[in-house]
Amino acid sequence: MPVESAFQPKIAAFCCNWCSYAGADLAGSSRLSYPADVKIIRVPCSCRVNPLFILRAFQRGADGVIICGCHPGDCHYTSGNYFARRRAALLFSMLDYLGVESGRTRVEWVSAAEGQKFAATMNDFAKTVASLGKCRRIGDLRCRTSES
Amino acid sequence: MTKIGVFVCWCGSNIAATVDVDAVSEAIKAAPGVVFATNYQYMCSEGGQAAIRSAVAEHGLTGVVVCSCSPRMHEATFRKAAAGAGVNPYMVEIANIREQCSWIHKDKAEATAKAIALARAAVAKLNLDRPLTAPETPVTKRALVIGGGIAGIQTALDVADAGYEVDVVEKSPTIGGKMAMLDKTFPTLDCAACILTPKMVDAAAHEKITLYTYSEVEKVSGFVGNFTVDIKKRARSVSVDRCTGCGVCSEKCPSKRAKSEFDQGLRERSAIYIPFAQAIPNVPVIDRDTCLKFQTGKCGLCEKVCPSHAVDYSQEDEVITKQYGAIVAATGFKPIGLERFDEYAYSRSPDVVTSLEFERLCNAAGPTKGHLVRPSDGKEPKTVVFVQCVGSREASGIGAMKGKPYCSKICCMYTAKHAMLLREKYPDSEAYVFYIDVRTPGKNFDEFYRRAAEEYGVHYIKGMVGKVCDEGNGRLTVRASDLIENRQLLIDADMVVLAAAVEPDPSARALATLLTASMDTNDFFTEAHPKLRPVESPTAGVFLSGMCQGPKDIPDTVAQAGAAAAKVIGLLSKDRLVGNPCVASCDETLCNGCSACERVCPYGAISYETKTVVDRGAKDERRVASVNEALCQGCGACTVTCPSGAMDLRGFTGRQIMAEVDAICR
Ligand SMILES: Cc1cc2nc3c(=O)[nH]c(=O)nc-3n(C[C@H](O)[C@H](O)[C@H](O)COP(=O)(O)OP(=O)(O)OC[C@H]3O[C@@H](n4cnc5c(N)ncnc54)[C@H](O)[C@@H]3O)c2cc1C
Ligand code: SF4
Ligand code: SF4
Ligand code: FES
Repeated sequence: MPVESAFQPKIAAFCCNWCSYAGADLAGSSRLSYPADVKIIRVPCSCRVNPLFILRAFQRGADGVIICGCHPGDCHYTSGNYFARRRAALLFSMLDYLGVESGRTRVEWVSAAEGQKFAATMNDFAKTVASLGKCRRIGDLRCRTSES
Repeated sequence: MTKIGVFVCWCGSNIAATVDVDAVSEAIKAAPGVVFATNYQYMCSEGGQAAIRSAVAEHGLTGVVVCSCSPRMHEATFRKAAAGAGVNPYMVEIANIREQCSWIHKDKAEATAKAIALARAAVAKLNLDRPLTAPETPVTKRALVIGGGIAGIQTALDVADAGYEVDVVEKSPTIGGKMAMLDKTFPTLDCAACILTPKMVDAAAHEKITLYTYSEVEKVSGFVGNFTVDIKKRARSVSVDRCTGCGVCSEKCPSKRAKSEFDQGLRERSAIYIPFAQAIPNVPVIDRDTCLKFQTGKCGLCEKVCPSHAVDYSQEDEVITKQYGAIVAATGFKPIGLERFDEYAYSRSPDVVTSLEFERLCNAAGPTKGHLVRPSDGKEPKTVVFVQCVGSREASGIGAMKGKPYCSKICCMYTAKHAMLLREKYPDSEAYVFYIDVRTPGKNFDEFYRRAAEEYGVHYIKGMVGKVCDEGNGRLTVRASDLIENRQLLIDADMVVLAAAVEPDPSARALATLLTASMDTNDFFTEAHPKLRPVESPTAGVFLSGMCQGPKDIPDTVAQAGAAAAKVIGLLSKDRLVGNPCVASCDETLCNGCSACERVCPYGAISYETKTVVDRGAKDERRVASVNEALCQGCGACTVTCPSGAMDLRGFTGRQIMAEVDAICR
């Protein structure tokens, strides 16, 4: 592996199956690059993202977590993204209070046609998270692997 | 423990050029549960699928991970391949190493490392997968259409023509809806009855269609393919089998004080009545509220005069229960009440009428036999002011809303029609139309409006009517502003016609609750997807036809009715429905019956049961959530809402997603 000088943040991206995951596929087939440390977890709908998953990601060493769903009004299940948005707003403000800066968490609506937006969002998010450095605030020391 | 085989696809060079596939299949062998790993040029090809089959046979695999293109491409392919090899199709996970990896990264080492991480996440998830069986249910090959307006009639005819039985439940004594009340129809000015009544007759005569008029849906249970519905047939007090529709009873009935609903209250009708001459069925009903026999016990004249002995005062409401595979809501609309629009003097002057009343006044079968006259004194009007957007397009935010925020869509066109009809009947009359905008998108619609303005000399004035005063001498003064000339106008009018906004039928809200179909803030039924699934409700097996989904004219209503029929036919043509096994399930030992999950489920899939729950050896009576797997669509909203961690989603369990999180954050 090449020796990396610049810090590369670990990012977990929860994408709903119907819009954002398809948007990520379109970014792929359009060959639009974004950092390799952004890794996607497919969920049926943004409303499937339990706040516990986000806490778990930060405990396990993620530096940023993003939830992507269909645009308001377009959720495959009509209302899921409204729940996701409300839950995220609460959790993110609590995380900010705990010292996980608000720049490390984000909700973004990406449609199946927005490959460009998906890649741009991931690039921008990764840049913001990178500027905040490693997230140590709620990392669980017991979860630390030897290299981190 | 799951015995996992991992298959890394090269996708020709699409993956292999950027990802070191050998390194991936080598590295993944170390992941827990993996007993076999290989790579192959094209996993989706017959050769690739054969590789899965032989590896299953050789290594006794119980789970398969394919590292390939997006699951949106080939998940179904690999599930089928696995099933063919004897592995449960839901024990298959895909690591998307093409769209999410080889196609977007250039550095081979970086891409290979990411591919390994994605493969690990898939393996971690698969380790917690459990075999699932897609539920299969039979389909009852009969449809129910609720509402017998043009929308319901068209849907019923289309479904019945495809060979399926259809029942139509209509709450009023006849089918036909609002279209039966109209005189001429835009944009062609052909007569509404001429094009509607043949369809009504077809529906009544169709061997596959059963009409339940004067009936209502009382109860709905079940789910897509298997609904059970209670229909209340209200007592007509007249035997449908015996009555010949001669009409002697209505003629002789001494109680003629009720306002005719069909004629918009412009004339009185008898207590025993047929709404209009072409009504279907052509059988009267007794309105028990105004019938002297029912109110005072004295009278009984109709029974005596009926030559076919069809009148039967002892009839009672009857409830029948039937099974359906699909349900179509076609409950239509009504014009809004104008109590809150007193500035137009609607309640004070009989010569201020709604557009629907105007239709009846023009209609040859209407209360004036088509002689368009003022309701107050029967004189022909010389000056008529038409007011558009009464209660439509009301800007929100300024105090309590009197009207509706939306555009009623049909008023611009029917007002142009009314103004033309007036000018045609009385060439020396003046027609003024006040409008906010004239909106005429639609085939031949703008041409129609321009004809009204240019050929028929209708005065179109952009502006608002502030007040209508009844001067008492048979004159109405209309105060209005002309926004283009920027001046106030005072018009001496004989009649004022108000284009009242439309709203959903008031019974729609209760019906939506019975159907667990959702509605928007204006009580229009919502569609499953605003663009891509416009005639389906979010509740599987419930479809939408006509105005009940949003304002529409007849061409749009008929088009949507046909589309809804196509969806119904598609559903009924299946013998069995294969469901999605990735649905929510409740751990009864954890559930505290709080109802939080029920409130967030968009499909009404969750209900509560009191059950004996065995929790840590002790038996307990508890109220617990239970998921109807045929209704659940697997969104997961309930799983996150549940404060007890009792709800989980099969195929996307909390533990599985956590395992993925762990794997990618490693
Ligand atoms: C004044 C006026 C003029 C118009 N002129 C034109 C025109 O010229 N050209 C044109 O294209 N369109 C015109 N329209 C629009 C046209 O009337 C509608 O597009 C059409 O009637 C919609 O049909 P529908 O079947 O959806 O609704 P409806 O006609 O309202 O039919 C709904 C039916 O469902 C029944 N129902 C309701 N609730 C229940 C329930 N819970 N259970 C059982 N049955 C129920 C009702 O009794 C009714 O029979 C006009 C409308 C108005 C108001
Ligand atoms: S997963 Fe969604 S559809 Fe299924 S019961 Fe839960 S909230 Fe309802
Ligand atoms: S939210 Fe959870 S605890 Fe409450 S009723 Fe539903 S499953 Fe039971
Ligand atoms: S399905 Fe995309 S947010 Fe609900």
